[in-house]
Amino acid sequence: MIWQNNGMHTSHNPSASMTATCPACGLLCDDIVINPSANTQRLFIIQQQCTKAIAFFSQTSALAQPQIAGKNTDLISATAEIKRLLKQSNQPLFAGLGTDVQGMRAILTLAEKTNGTLDHMHSDASVRNTLTMQNTGWQTTTLTEIKNRADLIIAIGTDITSSHPRFIERVVSNEHSLFKNAPTAIEYLLTAGNIEDIAAVINALNALALNKPLRAECIAGITTASLMSLLEKIKAAKYCVIVWSASQLNFPHAELTVQSLVRLIATLNQTTRVAGFPLSSGDGDTSVNATSTWLTGFATRNRFTNGEVAYNNHQFCTQKQLATSDLVVWVSSFNPHAPPETHAPLVVIGHPNTKFNRTPDVFIPVGVPGLDHTGLMFRMDSAVTLPLKKLRDSHLPSLSEVCLQISEGLT
Amino acid sequence: MIIRLKNGRIYDPVQQKNGVIEDIYIAHRRIIKKPSDAEKIAMTYDLTGKVVMAGAIDMHSHIGGGKVNIARMMLPEYQLGQLNEAKHYTEPEAHICTPNCNHFVVPSTSQTGFRYIEMGYTAAFEPAILPINARQAHLEMADTPMIDKGGYAMLGSDDYFLRLLSRRADQKAINDYVAWTLNATQAIGIKVVNPGGINAFKFNQRRLNLDEEHQHYHVSPRAILKSLSTAVQALGIAKPLHVHCNNLGTAGNFQTTLDTMSASDGVPMHLTHIQFHSYGAEGDHQFSSAAAQIAEALNKNKHITADVGQILFGQTVTASGDTMMQHLNARHANPDKSVLMDIECDAGCGVVPFKYRDQNYINALQWAIGLELFLSVEDPWRIFLTTDHPNGAPFTSYPHLIRLLMDKTFRNEAFAKLNLDAQAMSNLTSLDREYSLYDIATMTRAGAAKLIGLHDRGHLSVGAAADITVYTDKPDREAMFTTPDYVFKDGELVVKDGKVIKVVWGKTHTAKPTFDKGVEQDLKTYFDLYHTISLENFKISNDEIGDDGRGGVVTHVGK
Repeated sequence: MIWQNNGMHTSHNPSASMTATCPACGLLCDDIVINPSANTQRLFIIQQQCTKAIAFFSQTSALAQPQIAGKNTDLISATAEIKRLLKQSNQPLFAGLGTDVQGMRAILTLAEKTNGTLDHMHSDASVRNTLTMQNTGWQTTTLTEIKNRADLIIAIGTDITSSHPRFIERVVSNEHSLFKNAPTAIEYLLTAGNIEDIAAVINALNALALNKPLRAECIAGITTASLMSLLEKIKAAKYCVIVWSASQLNFPHAELTVQSLVRLIATLNQTTRVAGFPLSSGDGDTSVNATSTWLTGFATRNRFTNGEVAYNNHQFCTQKQLATSDLVVWVSSFNPHAPPETHAPLVVIGHPNTKFNRTPDVFIPVGVPGLDHTGLMFRMDSAVTLPLKKLRDSHLPSLSEVCLQISEGLT
Repeated sequence: MIIRLKNGRIYDPVQQKNGVIEDIYIAHRRIIKKPSDAEKIAMTYDLTGKVVMAGAIDMHSHIGGGKVNIARMMLPEYQLGQLNEAKHYTEPEAHICTPNCNHFVVPSTSQTGFRYIEMGYTAAFEPAILPINARQAHLEMADTPMIDKGGYAMLGSDDYFLRLLSRRADQKAINDYVAWTLNATQAIGIKVVNPGGINAFKFNQRRLNLDEEHQHYHVSPRAILKSLSTAVQALGIAKPLHVHCNNLGTAGNFQTTLDTMSASDGVPMHLTHIQFHSYGAEGDHQFSSAAAQIAEALNKNKHITADVGQILFGQTVTASGDTMMQHLNARHANPDKSVLMDIECDAGCGVVPFKYRDQNYINALQWAIGLELFLSVEDPWRIFLTTDHPNGAPFTSYPHLIRLLMDKTFRNEAFAKLNLDAQAMSNLTSLDREYSLYDIATMTRAGAAKLIGLHDRGHLSVGAAADITVYTDKPDREAMFTTPDYVFKDGELVVKDGKVIKVVWGKTHTAKPTFDKGVEQDLKTYFDLYHTISLENFKISNDEIGDDGRGGVVTHVGK
C-alpha cells in the first residue's frame, strides 16, 4: 500500500541571489549561487558554473497548457481524461519517470490504484548495476570519502566529466582534504575504442590479481605488463577508487563486466583498500529507484497487481511492455524527453518544452523540481538526500499535484 | 468521545499492576480518570478475561535508512513469496518455525508499519541513523504507517569527532557536538558502532580492540566510549549511549564486552544485541557460550542495560554500520553476496545475508546463548527483547521468541532438535525460569519507554498516550502475541482480531538538548573545507518531517 505525500512548500524571494541545489546530474551540487532576474523566468548562475547547471538553471519554459488530443484545455479536464483512460486500461505502463522522491511517491500511489507497471527511462543502464548487486553485491564509496581519502582514481570506460562535469573539480583536484598529502592520481582506461573490450581487460586484471598467469601479451591494445603495473599502483595506493558508468557499457550482458569489476575490487580488498564508484545516468534515477524500493520492496521494473507487487528486470522493461500495454503514461519532468513510439493511447505528464512525434491523447506540462517547485533528490552515491528549492514563480503544477488530482476517486 | 475498556486484566509494571481487573477510559488520545456519571460513554469494549498492556515498543529495529533499503534492493528474492516459502520449508533446520513465523525479512515501509501494529507494537526505533543519511531514514520512517518511530544517530567513527578527540578537545566541545548532532538529525539517542573501527577500516586497519589505538588518530575505543557516554549523560537526555561493542560476532569476544562495561566509569551505557558479543572460544569448535559470565556482569553492573539480539532459524539478512566486521562476515554470506560501503567520512555499512540453521553448530549455539542471556539476567527492566531486526531474525518472529521465554517445555523441545554438539555446550535446559506476562510487559513496554525517555508511553496511567493492546489469554503464547484482539493507537481502534482496520500515522520522537551555538562556526568551516554538502543542508527541520500533514515531531525533555 502506498501513501500520498504532498511534499514541502516554501516561499522564495525572487530578487536576492541565493544558493541552490542542482539536479542536472547525480553530483547534486548544493553550492550553486544564482541570481534570479526580476523581469524574466531566466536564472543566472553567479558561482560554480558548469555546462549542465547553466543549461538547467537558465532554461525557460514554454507557455504550455494542458492539452487533450492537441487542443488546449484546463487542468481539471485533462486530469479527468487521464482518469478515464486509466479506468479503461487493464495494464498501464508508467515509463520515463524523470522525477524526484516526492514525484515518485505520487506516481506509485497512482500505479498501485491502477495496476501499473513502472520503469525508469535509464533502467537499461542501472539494471547492469542492480543485477550485479543482486548477484554478487559490491564494495563502494561516496563523494566525501573520495574527496578526502582517494589517492588514486581509475576511470574505466568513462571520462567522468562528460556526464558529471564537476566531479574532478570537487573531489579529485580539491584544494582541501583531511588525509591526502599529494594530488590525486587519475588514470583513464578504455575511454576510446571498442567499449566491449572492457570485458576482456577487466577479466585479465582479475586473473592477474589472483596471480594467474596470462599467455596473451596484449589485451585490447593494452600490454599485460602495463596491466600488471596498474595493479601494482592500485595495491600501493592507500585508497583507490574505481569509477565506471553503466550507461557507457552499452552492450549485451554488460552486467557480467560490472560483476567482473566488482570481483576485482573484492579481491583487492583482502589486503588493501579499494572501493567502487558507479556513476548514475540522471533524470532522478537514483531517487526514483530508492523511493520505489522502500515503498514497494523493489526498484523499478516492478508491477502492481491488485495490491501485490511483482518485480522482473527483463519482462517489465519499457521496450517489452510497449508491445502489450494498453496505455502508456510518460513522465519526464527534468528534461523535455520525448515519449517512446507506441500504438497505445499515450498520456504525457512532463516538461513544458516536450516535443512530440505523435500528438498525445493527453499532455499535462508540469513544473521542474528544483526550479518551479521544491523537491527531494538522492545523490548518485545514495548516501545523501538533499532538498531542492523553488526558485521562480510558475503557473505549472507539480507532478505530485497532478497525480493527486488523478488519484482522487480512483480505488 | 469517551471509550471504556471494561474488566480487562491489566499488566502495567509502571503502576505495579500485575493482572488486576480494572476499567480504562480513553478520551482525546489519552487515558483519563474515571469520568463522572454525568459524562456519556460513547463506546464500551467488554474485555472480561482479556489481557491488557500498553502498546509494545521496539527499542532496536532496523526499519529505515540506507542499509535497510540496500538490503531490500539487493534481495528481491526475499520480497517475493517469502511468506509461502517460510511456511513450506522442507529443510530440516527450519523445523522450529511454526506457521505463525512469517519471516518478512526486509519489509517495505508500509509492511513494516502494518506488521508491527498487528502484533500490538505501537513504536519502533531505528538504532543506526548515519547523521549524513538521516534525511533518508526519516523519509522512510515517514512512509511507515501505524506506529511511532525515532532513531539513534551514530557517532564515534566520524572524522569530525575523532579529530576532536585526538586533539584532546575539552569535554564541553564534545558535548556541544553531540547535542548539535541530535538536533540536526532529529534523533532521540546516540549510538556508537564498533567504536572507531568503521573509521579504522578506511585506513586498512582490520581489527580494533578496546584498548588498541586507531592507527591514524591514536585514540582507543575505550576513550571514545568514555567521551561519548560522558557527553550523553551531561546533556541530560534519557537514552544512555547505545553501544555496539568492538569484535562483533567473533569467538572469544565476551572479554571485550566485559571490559566495555567498565569503559564509562559507571556512567550509564546500553550494550546492544549482546548475544552477538557473548561468545567464548572454548571446546572442539573454539566457539562457546559466555552467556553466564555476561549475565553475571550485567546483574552486577547496574549502570548497564542490554538488549539481546536473539537469533531464530531461517533466512534473514544482517544490516550493520560495522563495515570492518561485516567485511569479515561476508565470507559466511548466504546467499553469497554482500554490500559494503564507506560513507562520507561519517561511518559505513555492511549488508550480508545470513541463513541461520539449527543443525549448524555455531548457529545452534548462538540461539541457545541468546536464550541463556534472557533467562540469566535477573532484572527485566534492564534487558530488552530484540532480534536486532533483521540481523538475528525479522521482528515478526517476536511472538515465537516470547513463547520460548514463557514456555519451558516448548523451549526444551526446540533445544532437543538442535545440533548435538551445540546442545552439549549449553546449559539452557538447566534454566527453569519462565517469563511471566508481567515480565514481558516490563521488557517490551515499561522498560523500553523508560530507557528511551518516552514518559507518556509504555504504561497505562491516567494521562498516558492511549496506545493499548488487548490479547486473549491463550496457553500458546505465540498465538496470543501474534494476533491481539484490539490495538488502540493514540486512542483510536486501529487493529481488530490482528488485522488493521484504520490507517494512522505515528509521530517521530526526538530529544533536543541545548548547546552552545558557537559549535556551528567550526562545523561550518569543516563542512566547507571537507564535506560535499553544506552545513545547512545537513540539518533536518521539523517541517521536513511534519509538513505533509501525516507525521510530526515530538521532542522529549530530559530524563
